Formats: sequence, C-alpha cells, structure tokens
Amino acid sequence: MKPFLELSQIGKTYPTPAGPPAVIVENFNLRLRKGEFVTLIGHSGCGKSTVLSMIAGLTEPSTGGMILAGREVAGAGPDRGVVFQAPCLLPWFTAFENVMLGVDQVYYTADAEERRQIAEYYLSVVGLGEAMHLRPASLSQGMRQRAGIARAFALSPKLLLLDEPFGMLDSLTRYELQEVLLDLWQRNQKTALMVTHDVDEALFLSDRVVMMTNGPAATVGEVLEVGFPRPRSRAQLLADPAYYALREQLIGFLEERSHLRPVAAPPPAVPPPSRPAASRRPLQRLLGALTAA
Amino acid sequence: MKRLKLDWLILPLFGLAVILAAWAISSATWASNLPSPLKTWESSRDYVLQPFAKRGEMDQGILRFTWYSLVLVAQGYALAVLVGTPIGFLLGLSRTFARTFDPLIQILRPVSPLAWLPLGLVLFLNTGKEAGTYGALFTIAICSMWPTVLNTAVGVRAVPQDYLNVGRVLKLSRWKMLTRILIPATLPYMFTGFRLSLGIAWLVIVAAEMLTGRPGVGGFLWQEYNSLIYEHIILSIIVIGLVGFVLDRLMSLLESRFKTA
Repeated sequence: MKPFLELSQIGKTYPTPAGPPAVIVENFNLRLRKGEFVTLIGHSGCGKSTVLSMIAGLTEPSTGGMILAGREVAGAGPDRGVVFQAPCLLPWFTAFENVMLGVDQVYYTADAEERRQIAEYYLSVVGLGEAMHLRPASLSQGMRQRAGIARAFALSPKLLLLDEPFGMLDSLTRYELQEVLLDLWQRNQKTALMVTHDVDEALFLSDRVVMMTNGPAATVGEVLEVGFPRPRSRAQLLADPAYYALREQLIGFLEERSHLRPVAAPPPAVPPPSRPAASRRPLQRLLGALTAA
Repeated sequence: MKRLKLDWLILPLFGLAVILAAWAISSATWASNLPSPLKTWESSRDYVLQPFAKRGEMDQGILRFTWYSLVLVAQGYALAVLVGTPIGFLLGLSRTFARTFDPLIQILRPVSPLAWLPLGLVLFLNTGKEAGTYGALFTIAICSMWPTVLNTAVGVRAVPQDYLNVGRVLKLSRWKMLTRILIPATLPYMFTGFRLSLGIAWLVIVAAEMLTGRPGVGGFLWQEYNSLIYEHIILSIIVIGLVGFVLDRLMSLLESRFKTA
C-alpha cells in the first residue's frame, strides 16, 4: 500500500558565521499509513520539533521532500493542522473567534451559519461549550490547549501535527486532554504525528513510536510498534505486562542515547584560596573587592 | 516613615506652596520684572473667570484660545498618525524599506519645530493668507510623527513568531494577516507612539503660533510678551502645562485599555 505521508531524506542545516554549517537533522525518512498515530520521541533539543516544523511548512527543509496524500507539499497550509506547544491562541480573539479564523479559511464555500456550527461543534467536543466566547486570558492553560486542539481539528486537515501539545500542562490535565485528543482522532480518522518526550503519553496514544537519535545530525533511531487494541483505556494498558516491556525498551533507548552525548570534563579540583583571617573583615573585603575591580 | 492617608493631596500642595514661595520671593528681590503671584492672578482674573469671552482678535478668554490651539493640534496630530502609522508598518515589515529610510528618519527626527516652521511657510506660500495655518499643520505633523513611526516599527518587529505561524498555517491572505494578526499585535506599541506624538504636537503648537501670530494660547503668550503684560505669560504657561498633562492622562487611559487586549 502506498503511504499516506512519505518523508524522504529530510534534513536541516543552518549556516554558522564561522566554520561548517550546523546539521540539525539529517537523512530523516518516515512513512505514515492513513489513519495512523505516530509519535516522535527523543531528548529535548534533538531536533524533533524541527522535523515537525518542516512537515508543517513553517521551516524550509534544506534537503529532501515529502508527499502527502499523493502530492508533494511545500510551504505551510491548512491541510496540515498544527497544535502548538503553547496553544498560540490570538489573545485579542475569543476561543470561538480563534477557531473561526481557520474555519473561515477552509470552508469558504459554506455560509456563515454552517461555519459557525462547525466551530461550535469542535469547541463543544473538546469541552469548551460553555467557555467558547471567552478570551484566552480568562481561560486556564488546559482550556487554552483544548481550544488549540479544536482549532486544528476544525480545519479538517489531512494530517494533524502536534508539537508537545501537553508539555506545559499539569499531569491530571494532561491525562484528560490525551483522552480528548484520542477521542477526536478516532472519530475523525485522522493521520497524526506528535512530538513528545513523555514515554507514557507516546505509548498511550500511538500506533508506532519513532525514537530519534540525539543531535547534531539527528535522525530516526528505532521504531517501536505499539499494538494495543483500540479503543484504549489507561487502566487496561497499565494492567498489561506488554506495556511495561515497551516502556522499558523506550526508556532504555533514551538513556543509552543520552550517554552518547559528549560530556565536558569535570572541573579541575582547585582548593579554595586560603586568606589570612584579617582580610575577612568587612572593610578589608570591600577594599579588596574595589582594588580587584 | 509613617504614611498619612492624605499624602496624595498634602504632598503636592506642599510642593506647590514651595514653588509659589520661591516665585514670590524672586519677584520681590532679584527679578523685579517678574510679576508676583498675586499680581498675576489679579491681571489674569478676567481671562480665567470668563474663559470663553471674545473681546477682540487677540483678547479672548483663555479657554477660547486653548480651544483654537487644540483644534490645530488635533488636525496636525491626525495627519501625523495617518502618515506615521503606515510608514511605521513599512519600516517594521520590510528590511529594504528600513535600510533605505532609517538613516533619513534618524537625521530628520532631532530637527526642531522652529526650524521646520519657516520651511512649512515657504511650502504653502502660494496659499496666501492660509500659509500660516498650513505651515503650522505641516510643522506639527512632521515633528510629532516620529514616535508613532518608530514605535509602530518596533511593535511590528516584536510580533511573536508564534502568531505569524498561526497565520501561515491557516494561509491567511495578506489583508487578513494585517488586520487579524499584525495590527492587533502591534496595537499596544502603536498607542505608546500615539501618546508620545500627542505630547510633541502640543509642544510644537506654542512655537508654531508664536511665529505665525495665530490666535491661540501660544500666540497670546507671544503677543502679551510684546505688549509687556508679563502676567499673561505665566498664565499661558500654566494653561499649556495643564492641558498637556490632561492630554497625556487621557492617552494613557486609552493606552492601558489596549495593553490588556
């Protein structure tokens, strides 16, 4: 079967003022089936957000290309809905208006009433039915991210891109929103790619977990199939011994890779300078500091 | 130190008393041409108590003069905002535009209104009698434009990349990008610029009226200086200061409303 999303040889390098250009991501290949939920996991700073940003079209890849649903894509567009880490709601609009901004763009053939209904539907599905006419400033962090999710789904995108969407939430809210996301994803049969550094989140949500090696020149390390039946429940997962085996494997990979990081040599052991007791007096210390400066 | 409940009232009144005393002592000792506070009040009473009276072209109530000045300032300031805001946007959005015009702006910005006014008069010389008005408008506009231009440019450059990314993902048209994202995000900076510009516009009006002899609070001040009625110089200064203060307060109120949005 042809993949729904195909990334081939994607890479990103930045020129540096002096010396060779910095290679962030190199030779990144990945194929997603239609309707699949895939997570990218890796240490922070390894370049996983860069990969997502390139797929979203917000960062231009230095090498390689991608095909989405049979077409090559370049540049950003509403066929790829993005849920940003900070929800990135526009603070001068209400949650509803934020969603409508995208709905107006995508459903330009629908009339105003239909568009309003689309926005209201997604907002109520994520649980913002009551609060949709509030500005982000009056919403909690979790509610803002709900609006961010609603905005992405309301675009009815071919591909859903999530950049550590729950990274800034407390763990209870995070669990709640993971279920909201899973529910929406299942209802809409979306293909989704999510970046995270939370092992449990990756296992709970995804069909496959792609582990990235550490940068510079990060790329796909290993791929883990997560075969738990859907719909999933957290309790059921936690009762499954296979869950712990997968978890072990993921953490093992991450720890091993983190040891590959270059570590600076420990500082040389220099004994603290011993001073004559007289110089510890405040005035002397002050004078000393002044002359030293 | 213990804080009294009426500090906000007592301390400014105390400050005022100190200044009044210094004024009275100065006029009684070394500055013999300086009218005393009492004499100033007696001479100004008609102008203050009948603030809208019109006894002649240059003999009107002080608020009537102030009104003339405010109208002229409003026109010049409106011109400054209308011209300065788009220039600020262009400076903030286009690197080429900024590189081209930034040096010029930095050179024109410190030029005094007193230097612009003659040029303004020359520019509108062919309008005959109205040359004074147009020249004053030109001077107010060009002097008060810069804070609006520069603050808007800074604001546009400071729009968070995240907001721009939202616009890019949604593929907003240029117009929607401007009206839905750039302008709302820049608004707080723009209003800071508007407030500073208004302050300058009010500074310039006095100079413009002095040189053109237009009726207004600045023209009145200059005329009374030439007529040796020094009390009215002080009256005019007080009124100019008070009006400037009120304008600034009003703009701060407006500004703070947009800060939270």
